[in-house]
Amino acid sequence: MPAVKETIDQVKEIDLEKYKYGFETDIKSDKAPKGLSEDIVRFISAKKDEPEWMLEWRLDAYKRWLTMDEPDWAKLDYPKIDFNDIYFYSAPKSTPGPKSLDEVDPDLLETYKKLGIPLSEQAVLAGVEGAKIAVDAVFDSVSVVTTFREELAKSGIIFCSISEAIKEHPDLIKKYLGSVVPVTDNYYSTLNCAVFTDGSFVYIPKGVRCPMELSTYFRINEKNTGQFERTLIIAEEDTYVSYLEGCTAPMRDENQLHAAVVELVALENAEIKYSTVQNWYPGNKEGVGGIYNFVTKRGDCRGDNSKISWTQVETGSAITWKYPSCILRGDGSRGEFYSIAISNGYQQIDSGTKMIHLGKNTSSKVIAKGIAAGFSDNTYRGLISAHKKAKNARNFTQCDSLLIGDKCGAHTIPYIEAKNSSVIFEHEATTSKISDEQMFYCQQRGLNEEEAVALIVNGFVRDVLQHLPMEFMVETQKLINISLEGSVG
Amino acid sequence: MLEIRDLHVSVEDKEILKGVNLVIPKGEIHAIMGRNGSGKSTLSYVMAGKSGYEITKGEIILDGVNILDMEPNERASAGLFLAFQYPIEIPGVATMTFLKAAMNAQRKARGEEELSTPDFMREVKQAAKMLEIDNKMLKRALNVGFSGGEKKRAEILQMALLKPKMCVFDETDSGLDIDALRIVSQGVNALRDANRSMLVITHYQRLLNYIIPDVVHVFSNGKIVKSGDKSLALELEEKGYAQYDESAA
Repeated sequence: MPAVKETIDQVKEIDLEKYKYGFETDIKSDKAPKGLSEDIVRFISAKKDEPEWMLEWRLDAYKRWLTMDEPDWAKLDYPKIDFNDIYFYSAPKSTPGPKSLDEVDPDLLETYKKLGIPLSEQAVLAGVEGAKIAVDAVFDSVSVVTTFREELAKSGIIFCSISEAIKEHPDLIKKYLGSVVPVTDNYYSTLNCAVFTDGSFVYIPKGVRCPMELSTYFRINEKNTGQFERTLIIAEEDTYVSYLEGCTAPMRDENQLHAAVVELVALENAEIKYSTVQNWYPGNKEGVGGIYNFVTKRGDCRGDNSKISWTQVETGSAITWKYPSCILRGDGSRGEFYSIAISNGYQQIDSGTKMIHLGKNTSSKVIAKGIAAGFSDNTYRGLISAHKKAKNARNFTQCDSLLIGDKCGAHTIPYIEAKNSSVIFEHEATTSKISDEQMFYCQQRGLNEEEAVALIVNGFVRDVLQHLPMEFMVETQKLINISLEGSVG
Repeated sequence: MLEIRDLHVSVEDKEILKGVNLVIPKGEIHAIMGRNGSGKSTLSYVMAGKSGYEITKGEIILDGVNILDMEPNERASAGLFLAFQYPIEIPGVATMTFLKAAMNAQRKARGEEELSTPDFMREVKQAAKMLEIDNKMLKRALNVGFSGGEKKRAEILQMALLKPKMCVFDETDSGLDIDALRIVSQGVNALRDANRSMLVITHYQRLLNYIIPDVVHVFSNGKIVKSGDKSLALELEEKGYAQYDESAA
């Protein structure tokens, strides 16, 4: 692929840029016309060969979206998004839908290989039994392949693209889609309802412990293309599933929009562990380009004693607007949120969580670590609330910010609402700087400035790192080091 | 071998070091004694390259190379080690992790290969045993919640593993009880070597009962005012520093 090679060479020449995933794949794509209208919504639905009820759902969302305003309460500063300058649908031409691995365009496989994502079942099977990871790969607007489906199906687990699920499991979709994040939840989620193109669907039947990690890798390749993915995970009674999502995009001068919706449903005694390593292109050193990441992620602990745990490592995107939340509806249910958010250059992050305590004896834990370097702004925004029926609700929140240099900002905005007197909510917050003393001490032992910063930051985020699946811990540590390159001096 | 030539250092236009001259040949241990505020600690920081000090004149030469233009980490890789009076806490970084990072950073800077994990573990275990450091302490975050004695032992452990050519001990005896002092001194003595020079900076003579110096220097008002053998330390303990104030002024 000469074009890819050329791109890589170009990328290498701009040695100021450290973004490792900034290459582009030269592949023919099938696109909708630019812009957004009812016709585009119909176009997307028709492309996906969707049933009539799904199109109605989308059109309804689109009409509602037209009446809504873009939220402006976040501590983010960006020019108004022109929704008519975006392609809402782009699919690699050779891949009309997910297929078996042998049928996937080799160029696509090569792309994922370069990203370090195992799409070959053989290669993984040859390794340790316990290390298997099933992957759903989403390229621009469509899922290109989902691995290990047959093996998972043996336990009754459904792991496929959401487009397939709409056609093959309409009852589950009708029952659960939009049941956690309502159609009109917010501006971006409503937009997503109208134009979502693909994403992953997971269903864990009663009593099953998912035998391997499930993951989805999202890749935005096309220029001016928005990615609107939709993920739905349903864990029936007495189940466990661990799910990981990763995201990357090529380096481009213009901003690209990513507005996803993720819904999790945990029934009685079910546990869902959802981890994200978000490394969308953050823009260059001057703040040009980068992904606008407006994401709605919410889990519903619908059954008693259910548990949902969010772990996120946010290092990419020019703008991040993201609050993975838990509705603790079932009695004794538990929500957890562990976050590492790193901003460098001109990145802006406004991220946090919402823990909504509705049931009795519900508990939640929030550990958020924000690291700001360069000229970036890093805000933690979190809501902890207890309904008047949420007797004995408990929350512990710890929010730590670390500043590197004196041109960046860290902000902590907690909202705490307790509507009954049996609630115990604790909130701890710290803001610190890497001290000159720490730097000198590390340097005296032989570490250079960047190595010293990386070591100190890795120590700072350790409480959160240990909640990531083993396979991704090392990768994340490396990612942290790369994200902070050029942050000192 | 270390040589300091006519070193003048100022902080915010105030001259702290006023012409320090010092030669420490290979394998020797020298002690610098002086009262608080005489500039002893400044000398150790300037040697290690801490920022905030203006060097107005002079040179510090380690094995024939003037190290004053080098970054602190470059000086460390060149073989200079400073045992801190107040070792710094590194939260969340296990002592073991820190040791490995430091050793490999220095090896990398010298163009050597990284240590294998088994080799690293072997070296750490050996050195830790000598300093009566248990496994639990190695797993704790470096210096976080360490007692005074643990902090100083951790410093000597780092020194043992990094194998420097020139070691500077800044008030290493401060905050140590008698048992900790014994363990730390044993550690230092075990690291005496024909190819390693040491500079012990201290306020009290006590430490020099354990670490016997070849030469003792008296530091007053920003420079060395008298040098002699180890008996000079005893004399100082008896008569105090006041007698030198005059000659320095």
